[in-house]
Amino acid sequence: MTAAPEALARPGRLRAAQQFLADNPVIVLVGVLAVLFIVTDIVNRRDIGEPFITWNQLSTTLLVAAPLGMIAAGQTLVMLTGGIDLSVALTATAAAFATSWQGGNGEVQGVAAGLAVGLGIGLVNGIGVGIFRVNPLIMTLGTSSVTFGLLSIYAGKPFEKIVPEIVSTLGSDRFFDYLPANLLLWVAVAAILILGLRYTGYGRMLYAVGDNPVAARLAGVRLWQVRVVVYALCGVFSALGGLLLVGFTANPDLGLATPYLLQSVAAVVIGGTSIFGGWGGYSGTIVGVLILTVLGSLLTLLDAEEWQRQVIYGSIIIVLTAIYARVSGTD
Amino acid sequence: MSAPAAAIAFRGTAAWRRNLRLHGWTVAVWLVLLALVPYWRSLSQQDLEFDLQAVAIDALPLCFAAMAQAVIVISGGIDLSIGSMMGVVNVLSAKHMIGMSFREALAFSLLILVLTALAGAFTGLIITLSRIPDIVVTLGMLFVWQGVALWIMEIPGGGAPLQYSDLALGSVGSTLIPNALVVVLVAFALVWLPLRWLRPGLAIYAVGSNRTAAYLSGIGVARTRVGAYMLGGVFTGLGGLALTASSGIGDPNAGVTYTLNSVAAVVLGGVALVGGVGGLIGPIAAALVLTMSKIILLLRGTDPNYANVYQGALIIFVVVIGGLLARKTRS
Amino acid sequence: MEGAVFRPLRVSCNGMSKQTAALLEARGVAKHYGPVAALRAADLSVAPGEIHALLGANGAGKSTLVKCLSGVIRPDTGTISFGGRAVRARSPMHAARLGLAPVFQDPALVPDLSVTQNLRLTGMPLGRVRAELAAMELSVNFNEQVGDLALPVLRMLDLARALARDPQLLILDEITAALPSDLAERVFAVMRERREKGRSVLFITHRLAEVIAICDRATILRDGRDVGTMVPREGGEARIVEIMLGPEAARAEARAAELSEDDVAVAPDARERPDAVAADAVLELDGLRAGNVQELSLRIAAGEVVGVAALEGQGQDELFEVLAGERKPESGEVRLRGKPFRARHPYDAIRKGVVLVPPDRLLALLPQRSVRENVAAPHYSTPLRWGPINMRDEGRRVRHAVDALQIDMRAARQVRRLSGGNQQKVTIARWLASGFTTLLCNDPTRGVDVGTKRQVYTLLRELAADGAAILFFSSELAEFPLVCDRVLTVYGGRVTAELPGPAADEASLLQAMHGLDLEEAVA
Repeated sequence: MTAAPEALARPGRLRAAQQFLADNPVIVLVGVLAVLFIVTDIVNRRDIGEPFITWNQLSTTLLVAAPLGMIAAGQTLVMLTGGIDLSVALTATAAAFATSWQGGNGEVQGVAAGLAVGLGIGLVNGIGVGIFRVNPLIMTLGTSSVTFGLLSIYAGKPFEKIVPEIVSTLGSDRFFDYLPANLLLWVAVAAILILGLRYTGYGRMLYAVGDNPVAARLAGVRLWQVRVVVYALCGVFSALGGLLLVGFTANPDLGLATPYLLQSVAAVVIGGTSIFGGWGGYSGTIVGVLILTVLGSLLTLLDAEEWQRQVIYGSIIIVLTAIYARVSGTD
Repeated sequence: MSAPAAAIAFRGTAAWRRNLRLHGWTVAVWLVLLALVPYWRSLSQQDLEFDLQAVAIDALPLCFAAMAQAVIVISGGIDLSIGSMMGVVNVLSAKHMIGMSFREALAFSLLILVLTALAGAFTGLIITLSRIPDIVVTLGMLFVWQGVALWIMEIPGGGAPLQYSDLALGSVGSTLIPNALVVVLVAFALVWLPLRWLRPGLAIYAVGSNRTAAYLSGIGVARTRVGAYMLGGVFTGLGGLALTASSGIGDPNAGVTYTLNSVAAVVLGGVALVGGVGGLIGPIAAALVLTMSKIILLLRGTDPNYANVYQGALIIFVVVIGGLLARKTRS
Repeated sequence: MEGAVFRPLRVSCNGMSKQTAALLEARGVAKHYGPVAALRAADLSVAPGEIHALLGANGAGKSTLVKCLSGVIRPDTGTISFGGRAVRARSPMHAARLGLAPVFQDPALVPDLSVTQNLRLTGMPLGRVRAELAAMELSVNFNEQVGDLALPVLRMLDLARALARDPQLLILDEITAALPSDLAERVFAVMRERREKGRSVLFITHRLAEVIAICDRATILRDGRDVGTMVPREGGEARIVEIMLGPEAARAEARAAELSEDDVAVAPDARERPDAVAADAVLELDGLRAGNVQELSLRIAAGEVVGVAALEGQGQDELFEVLAGERKPESGEVRLRGKPFRARHPYDAIRKGVVLVPPDRLLALLPQRSVRENVAAPHYSTPLRWGPINMRDEGRRVRHAVDALQIDMRAARQVRRLSGGNQQKVTIARWLASGFTTLLCNDPTRGVDVGTKRQVYTLLRELAADGAAILFFSSELAEFPLVCDRVLTVYGGRVTAELPGPAADEASLLQAMHGLDLEEAVA
């Protein structure tokens, strides 16, 4: 009998620790990120003879990660409502094209054109999912195939591609040698999202709709309003990501954002946002984005091929969803 | 006891009404197909044999993809990995068949079908064991299979014996009946028909229609769902082989469009995405309609990219209409 | 005599003429779902060749016991022997092979398949089922889709399918609830026929008249335990109701006392305002029809708690759904403060001050979110409030609601980690925080502890005293006199009786809820 309390205490403490980590996956994720950095550093020293952890490399990592950070921001919001947007990559590409197409008419018009395209595609998705209740997967796959068709028509036509100055500055410049310009935008977006999710009524409704749509409805929420807005927002964030990308490469092409579709989903899932909705946030996604970027560098160093990346990302989605589902479902 | 009670005959819906509801949609799709044929002929400058061949090349893989998706959707699931698994089969068969004799190629095809059946069962097992929704697991598998396809073959290559390609492209004897049609019908008759009217096939419908009632009727729900994915794997394998036979080459990206198109064909073919309703004949017709409409657009001189746009828009349109109809009949 | 009736009950079943071994013998069967006990310890013994009734109020554990017997769920403890052998059915099919054929409350027929296909699915020869139907003088078109058939037809089909196996024990779970009287008669004929053949029937029903008419014995469950076995013909309906209430009349009173304890007791004068009613009716229903609701009329005044007492499926759920904006009424009129009230969406109802506490907490909670977010959620439903949150203001509103209900905030980070009682409080607290004029409480105390129940009663009385109109349904009859000014009993979608709150004791309610005349109960 005397042994019982002690025997109970250990699993109790263990459970508490597990609970704490399940509540704050960001802590674990930052640890994973640090380990990844160190491993990459070791591999880099071994193969090239230089350290990976340098100011320059850190700055480059952030520079490369920012577009994914934007696209994953939209994906995070959509997945918080229990949906998914598979049109993010093509929305980003379309926005990049629109910007460089209108870039000759002035910077503002260029940027506005890109964002408007993103908003438009997002609204179409939102109306389909929110009002006509089309399965989000099918809806967003459908809009991306339409977008792809339209893009390939325009991409085939000769037109002058002018990337607005501000876009290329934002996408590729660094201040003070080490501070990527796009980091400024990313930090601003991150601040808005993290605070917005917590301290605005709309943020509350995103979680509510994702957590339990029936309860949200009974609380008076008209679900379609929340959904239309969230897909529209996702379109705008994807467009921002597209602008940063085209600012970086200076040349829009059809495959500009293709890898970012899978990575945006993976980043959100890694970041601990539930794919069923209602739990998570943008801070986890940020770490997820950085993990994916460093993992990408590591895989490049290891001469990993495209297929290996695909298999790794696909498995990450399945395995992590299973783990998160198990950890959070133990109560 | 009181006077003997009078016999009661329950009057349900009239037979014609029931048949209209059960088969009306399928018949309508076939009528649309029949209506398209003369239009298609009037546009074409080529002789009939050449035209039939052109349709067969496009339609055969989609028919099988639609059949695979239909079986899985009827069981209450959805498989987003159909397209990329078809890509795997395509490159795997093209890589090895190039040096084979016709007989060897046939034997190898059988082996591949066994493998795809196992792969489907594997997906089904993950879904039923982990209880992660179908959509997430198959989304992960989409990327995994895409990676595997790239691993097998990075750039298009390989081939198939001429006689093997003839299975998709030729016609029976000197008649105008395309081999492709015969292949589809044989697969339908050998794989699906025997199941459809026996317990395993009925169980698939039952599980998709109402899992509780199915369980109370003594059906192994998990077993049946895995079985549906396995059957889907067989049809997916056939689709991949059809890709090889009709294109005569292996291409790791050849399968990508088939996921969305298979969903479209299933919805257009009268299979409700909620499960339990529909059959395979409708989706086969829908696959033919989708193919035919694309060919007609091309014949009319439309930019092939516009054809993509129309198709994407058509898919969304069909899903929206299907959803509205489903909602109406439910309320 | 009155007191002695109960103790010899089990003796009397031993004293039955046939002392043969029981066909079915269940001992101490228990089933828990998490902390909730659906069935505590039930004994049941069915003799060969008898029609045995299984009775009890809502939530007494009848359906759980049936599911345990028929292999749908596995009991936690207890033994079941059938035909003298210990058995444990692994699935409904396995049970059927053992000779134990259940007909469940929900038809076990797949809606998207035809009747023929459904029978083929279970491996049942069509001819046998057709023969059973013919024996009941029924004919069904087997090509029909099951989804197209009316509920009564499905019940008869299910019955015929079970009969086709010629089971030793036929289990009928509330089969007559959905049947018109002519079909119910046929079911009774079948049951008698089974008895003549030496087969047994276990019959679950709410209709006591049926029990008296055809059942040889009856076992009564209460709170997950069997509380008596009796011969219904000898006792009559009144006695069955007495057993349902509990062996000692005192027990019911003790229970009431336990629920109300002095300090939180309802102020008696709060209820003594019958004249306030006519003055300002807040909510009026006239001839409402929706689903099971047939011509239902009622009115609730400000400051009044009106109870609705009913057995399962008598229309109370639809009533709440219509008022909460979840369901369109088929006909009839609803007026709020004299103006026509129509809510197409819960939002409309909430905006007009009509709010719902649903029977299932899972319908109202955001399980992964905090107490604060849950309580504040309705406030942000309109896009006008989607902007920045005034945290201080929100904090005040939430704290007010949390204090009023004394919600335990120790595990407030995620509502799903709270106890059932605290979760239930959260579903009420959110309306306190957002404000309302009419509160619809559909079984607000289901599955919560006594302490929480008392708090809820007190709160409802306080809210009424502050002028709220409250519609109250509960599956626990002892609650009505504690909370309500008036109690309406609903049977078959109609109001069958109206009792003043204090007079609504369990006996009267049970009588009226079963569609029996109140006078009879009093006599």
